[in-house]
Amino acid sequence: MTPHSPRGGSGMTIIVKSTTRIVTAFIMLFGTTIVLYGHVTPGGGFAGGVIIAAAFALIVLAFGKTLAGRFVTGTTASVWDSAAATAFLFVGVLGYLGGCFFWNFLRPPQSGRFTLFKLYSAGSILLSNTAIGMKVGMGLLGVFLALSVFRPRREEGEGHE
Amino acid sequence: MSDLTPVVLYALLGFMILGSIVAVEIADLLSAVIAMGAVGFGLSLVYLFLGAPDLALTQVVVEILILVFLIRLVVQRKDTTEQHPPGALLVGGIMLVMGVVLTIMVMAFSDMHPFGSPLFSRTAAAPTIAFDYLREAVAQTGATNIVTAILLDFRAYDTLGEATVIFASIVGAYAVLRRVGRISKGGTE
Repeated sequence: MTPHSPRGGSGMTIIVKSTTRIVTAFIMLFGTTIVLYGHVTPGGGFAGGVIIAAAFALIVLAFGKTLAGRFVTGTTASVWDSAAATAFLFVGVLGYLGGCFFWNFLRPPQSGRFTLFKLYSAGSILLSNTAIGMKVGMGLLGVFLALSVFRPRREEGEGHE
Repeated sequence: MSDLTPVVLYALLGFMILGSIVAVEIADLLSAVIAMGAVGFGLSLVYLFLGAPDLALTQVVVEILILVFLIRLVVQRKDTTEQHPPGALLVGGIMLVMGVVLTIMVMAFSDMHPFGSPLFSRTAAAPTIAFDYLREAVAQTGATNIVTAILLDFRAYDTLGEATVIFASIVGAYAVLRRVGRISKGGTE
């Protein structure tokens, strides 16, 4: 990401920046909780992933793309997106350990080894939820970055013409 | 489901239809986006009243993110497309198609289960596989959120298909946006 965009490094006012600094960690924590406890409470990979993407989008909007581009770029997002999609497929393929596609290989039915309402109660559902959460979050973040990166340049191009 | 629920649902439905009309008809794009967001939040309330918190949560967060995306894109822009009044033949054709579709919809919906008696509850007369999902989900998967148990265990293959659709759409978005970016970059440098 090139830091030569005319409005790139500015971001928003100090009020927005300070609020973002305080709030972002909690939003990400909330998203992660939604993802990890998707098999216990309402939510799951998709909703949690969107919340995480929204937290990143908040950073990009508040601090500007130049600063945000130091730790997450469109390339990073798309790499994580693809990796998580592959990981979800891999969880499904690992089901062949138990005999069929997407078999819950970490938790044999009626095993009674795990207590309900706990994090590790549902076996491979936790892995699938994590993979989907990462996939959706990073995918949407990548689209957001692509939109916000290319828009000012196009306006600049229109201005020159 | 209490006695008040149908009233609330109809009110929300009216609100959503109103919001949709505003979103289509208004010239200011920002107002249209906000009206669309109101429709989305109304839909999430409908899900909440129908007892589907998973869907309501997903709808709310997706709505927020999409609203941010769209406001970011359309702020300070006007809808510059001109409105041409459509010809009589076109209006007639649209009315005809709408009538046919409406007739088919009424015929199809009269065969559906009545509102408020879902397939999952049919157990005594005709046991369904959906009811087996409800009964066996906790014992078979350990997931106390049965929606997740169905999505990621019983029907995980469907979810893989959905994930593939999302992946493909995001790749498509990348392709479209990247092409614009490259052309602009070549033009400015």
